[in-house]
Amino acid sequence: MVARPAVEEAVAIGIPALSAERAVTWPKQTKTRLSNGLELVLAEAHSIPKFHGQLFFRSGNAAALSRGPALADMTATVVRTGTAKRASRQIEEDLRRIGADLSTSAGQDNSAIAFAGLSEYSEQLLGMVNELAREASFPAPEFERERRQKLEEVKLERTSPGFLASERLRKVLFGAHPYGQVSASEAQVAAYTREDLIGVYRDSYTPENALLLMVGDFDSQAMVKSAEKVFGTWTGKKPEAKPAAAPPHPHGRRVYLVHVPGAVQTQIVAGCAAITRTHPDWIKLGLTNSLYGGAFNSRLVMNIREDKGYTYSPRSAVHPLHEHGYFSVSAAVRNDVVAASLTEIFYEMDKLRSLPVPVPELADAQNYLTGVFSMGLATQEGLLSQLATVALNELPNDYLETYRAKVRALTPEDLLNNARQYLDSANMQIVVVGDRAQIESQARLFGDLEIYDAQGSLLT
Amino acid sequence: MKQPQITIEHTTLPNGLRVVIAPDSTAPVVTVGVYYKIGFRLEPRGRSGFAHLFEHMMFQGSANAPKMQHIKLINSSGGVLNGSTHYDVTNYYEAVPSNALERVLWLEADRMRALKVDDENLRNQRDVVKEEVRVNVMNQPYGGFPWLDLPPVAFRNWANSHNFYGDFADLDAASLADVQSFFKTYYVPNNAVLLILGDVQPGEGIAFAKKYFADIPAGPHPPFADPTEPEQKEERRGEVEEKFGTLPAMAIGYPIPARRTRDWCAMTLLDMALHGGRAGRLHRELVLEKQIAVEADGGIDDIFGYNGPSQMVTRILHKPEFSSEVTLAAFDAVIREIQQNGISEDELQQLKVKWRSDYYSTLEGGRGGHMPRYGLMHLLACFTLFDGEPQLVNTILDGFQAVTREDVLAAAKKYLRNDKRAIVFRKPVSAAAKEAA
Repeated sequence: MVARPAVEEAVAIGIPALSAERAVTWPKQTKTRLSNGLELVLAEAHSIPKFHGQLFFRSGNAAALSRGPALADMTATVVRTGTAKRASRQIEEDLRRIGADLSTSAGQDNSAIAFAGLSEYSEQLLGMVNELAREASFPAPEFERERRQKLEEVKLERTSPGFLASERLRKVLFGAHPYGQVSASEAQVAAYTREDLIGVYRDSYTPENALLLMVGDFDSQAMVKSAEKVFGTWTGKKPEAKPAAAPPHPHGRRVYLVHVPGAVQTQIVAGCAAITRTHPDWIKLGLTNSLYGGAFNSRLVMNIREDKGYTYSPRSAVHPLHEHGYFSVSAAVRNDVVAASLTEIFYEMDKLRSLPVPVPELADAQNYLTGVFSMGLATQEGLLSQLATVALNELPNDYLETYRAKVRALTPEDLLNNARQYLDSANMQIVVVGDRAQIESQARLFGDLEIYDAQGSLLT
Repeated sequence: MKQPQITIEHTTLPNGLRVVIAPDSTAPVVTVGVYYKIGFRLEPRGRSGFAHLFEHMMFQGSANAPKMQHIKLINSSGGVLNGSTHYDVTNYYEAVPSNALERVLWLEADRMRALKVDDENLRNQRDVVKEEVRVNVMNQPYGGFPWLDLPPVAFRNWANSHNFYGDFADLDAASLADVQSFFKTYYVPNNAVLLILGDVQPGEGIAFAKKYFADIPAGPHPPFADPTEPEQKEERRGEVEEKFGTLPAMAIGYPIPARRTRDWCAMTLLDMALHGGRAGRLHRELVLEKQIAVEADGGIDDIFGYNGPSQMVTRILHKPEFSSEVTLAAFDAVIREIQQNGISEDELQQLKVKWRSDYYSTLEGGRGGHMPRYGLMHLLACFTLFDGEPQLVNTILDGFQAVTREDVLAAAKKYLRNDKRAIVFRKPVSAAAKEAA
């Protein structure tokens, strides 16, 4: 038997009560479409004389997979290395000249050009974003250099326990669905062609596929005009969505050990299929996650960190990809407590599925989630990220305004049902990344075991 | 050109606690920080890693708020909290909806007044810290590179050169008596600053500070180790094994001038000319042009946050087909070029605009998505503890805007000297990653 921590035996003495809450007011948004179909969302925030923006394209690595793995990511990398008007060095110096930061990236579902700069140079920065979005020239030498660079990066990521763990979990949960492919192999990178990248760029980087979000120190009406002037003549259709294979939804617990000789710690991650942000249970699952392992004050953190000292950084999260979501819990633990940690990970999960959450604990978690949600208001970047979540997922217009009330309305029964449905402990897929000699026998206690090396080959 | 001005009220309580208020009611959120002027540099010999282990202990319970309560009370008020240990300061901070301000101040005052921890708490956090060191250093490719690798090579004074995360034997040797003695020595109100930023009225903030902190007794003025380094006369080199990574790496560190000198401002812009992202000379030459390196970045870390010897550090991961010598020669060519020709007026203007823009972001920005005003808090705390002038936050930019091309050239010649630098090589041990050369 494992001894259970006594819960909340001690309380603070003389703690001041909370005073009256100040209303949370979300800033007014301007939502419009430019004449070419480009969707535009703006919000003013005058804290500093800067602005932050993101130009999203609603296609990422999943949509590009038919041409090659992680290809939207590679495309984004090369986009910033040259345009019809500016060479790579010119782009970088021109950005510095106007005090701007810019990055290009892609995930599974989206590609993005993110930018931030001084308001006094906003037209110049929008001009640069426009050039990258429409006139990237994919210079052959730049492409060759970035591909060579990427070869080293994909070798290097296979030495990171966190990468190996999440990659294996995604393969197990998503199988042949594009979400199962999180990166490219060396051979796949070597096979990338400049034409592949140009194909991805031509298909994805179009105004009908795009969403432009900006937050900061500007006048919204003037900014709409600027955007029309800069982006208005850009044309292009939304690419056709291709149907993807269904994820396998594995049944029964299985354990996947990724063998890293000499590892002095074990990275654990366990997960199961869950839901997307548009699902009606999304907010409930967010609160369940917060109670389980999503906050410092959560049950899992208090158990395996503050009570037992097994780990520094246990956390659980719900990952809302566009087509499918998944739930995961992770912890990097001492090699001799891999089994003990998994036992607690499942104990806390099963407890949430068995007993209703006590009302005071639920109230604490509700306060946490609603309070942290509003912190985004205080910075341009925080606000941008909240607006992006709403716009990219096509959530209702009043999503931000009503979120807090929805969280506060949830009951212990709601959470019990939610945990029963989504913290699917019986079908949880377990990945452990560590030294086989130290952890194999512990891992076997939790289900049938498959062992892989860091390159992804099955070992016997 | 619009320059943001931060409104500041500040005072010192009779017990020596400095209080700085920066009101801004844009959002109903308040950030509270308490900074103590104690960091890695001053931890006792034989107790490497202690300042950081101690920081963990500050979350383990105080006189009226037992273990778990600090975390629970902040989270359940809708807020987040953390702490971090630096070279010369340790901070504790919370961001909460502003209706929880009094609660946060009460908690911070309670743990400034009396820490209440036991052996079990110490054992628990020692285990947690060891897993922190494993996850960040011992079990990660390039873990601790170069922030833990370079100081033992670069410095001769133990205060600057020891392992700041801590040798496990030293962590094991730490006792409850060490914890209480460290607390009594350094965690006194006269060695700290309290910061309240965001949705608070200045008068209200100062009144609350008095209400909760004024009766905490001052302590003797804490002793401070002398971080002075003996004069360096030749280049220093060291080597560290890379257990997991596939690429050879090196880090080169040059000492930087004392804070708030004219040289310091010039060095900061020189640093930006060399590092400063993809437009920086090192990235451009080593990664984009010569294509020797996969990464070439770094620079001066936390320019305002140091009160003792510090370095400008370049971190390079290079392709295995280039030897360390070839890579270092390419680095040296970039340094030589800027020492001979300096920078153009156009480049200087670019650097100044970018520096100003970055500074505004620091003023507004948070740490992660959920810690608003971390940047402003950090600046105000360091300007108060090191310089005694929180108002510097509104004027410090001027010194950087006044830097000339001549200043940058002079700084390059004076500070980028081989006989003053230190280099650490991180060499992969895996067969697949051996240098081809």
